[in-house]
Amino acid sequence: MPVKLVYRGKEHEMNPGSTVRDAVRKIGLQPETVLAVLDGKLITDDTVLREGMQVKLVAVISGGAP
Amino acid sequence: MKCRKCGENAVINMRQHKLALCGEHFLEWLPEQVQRFIEKYEMFTRDDKILVAVSGGKDSLGLWDILVRLGYHADGLYIGLGIDGGFDYSDQSHAFAEQFAASRGLKLHVVEIEQTYGATIPELAVISNRGHGKPCSVCGLNKRYIMNRVAHDGGYNVLATGHNLDDEAAVLFQNTLNWAGGYLVRQAPVLLASHPGLARKVKPLCRVYEREMAAYAIVRGIDYVYDECPHAIGSTTIGHKEILNQMEEKRPGAKLQFYLSFLQAKEEGLFSVKASEPELHACDRCGQPTSAPGDCSFCRLWDKVRTVKGMPQRLPAEFNLIPAES
Repeated sequence: MPVKLVYRGKEHEMNPGSTVRDAVRKIGLQPETVLAVLDGKLITDDTVLREGMQVKLVAVISGGAP
Repeated sequence: MKCRKCGENAVINMRQHKLALCGEHFLEWLPEQVQRFIEKYEMFTRDDKILVAVSGGKDSLGLWDILVRLGYHADGLYIGLGIDGGFDYSDQSHAFAEQFAASRGLKLHVVEIEQTYGATIPELAVISNRGHGKPCSVCGLNKRYIMNRVAHDGGYNVLATGHNLDDEAAVLFQNTLNWAGGYLVRQAPVLLASHPGLARKVKPLCRVYEREMAAYAIVRGIDYVYDECPHAIGSTTIGHKEILNQMEEKRPGAKLQFYLSFLQAKEEGLFSVKASEPELHACDRCGQPTSAPGDCSFCRLWDKVRTVKGMPQRLPAEFNLIPAES
């Protein structure tokens, strides 16, 4: 069962076994620019992705003045 | 990865600090850091009346939350820009700011630009023909004016914004690429009130990574507007942030080092402050400080727009604010 990464509403499927950091790189994002959320809780980017996990990636970069 | 303080599962690893923390200890650690920066840069004390500019985003709402937790007298100001972007961007942002204030019993001032002055920011940009098709320039002008005006009229002596380390590093990067001496001189954690009618401007998050602020909002359960301002997509600032994050990826702490080295160089006299300080006087129309002769750029901008729209030129003399409590 593949792992799902969800970023800005788009799903990316990949094989389990890699870390969040490597998976983020694989889908073309910079690890510094996202946070990973699993079941509503933040996880660190060294977490190894296991079968069936669905991880939401939250973008942290904004461009306008606050 | 485990929390350095208690050994529980960490929720964030801050490579620039070589520090991983669990949710509980992260929520303790971050406000402590902000308090340290407030003191180090002598931003304000608990006797000051602080107005926090809130956009409904993670940084400004997070800042407001932290200041209140630290025991500061901090009220909020939300400025309705009238930006739709296909998903009611401003309405959504307003709702998050209102919800945050209401759930905590905090005072939020709201200025809707269209209702107060007669046009939305996108409309203003088109009519005034400023900003090369982008409303960011008129947006900045209006926000700066209204923030200062509300601070003045409401009895606040400090204006706090949610600029984080990534914002500061990106601006510094841009100004360095352009060797924009005037802007470099003015970039600082604190801008003192150099003229009557100007509030002291402070950036308590200037050393906090944007990633840390997003994590703070999530762990603290702060609901914020997740979508980007539609006009910021593809902006120069975001491009510069991406470049800086590539550097950060290879060398954790690179962004922080860039900013801190700049502040140190300034302190050691690299830039001359006197050379670029404009002389200010009161605007003939509204009384706000301005470097332009006669009317300030805000009044001139709205004169033009209100004339085109067939509206009376006279702008509202003041906001009907409930003053900050002593």
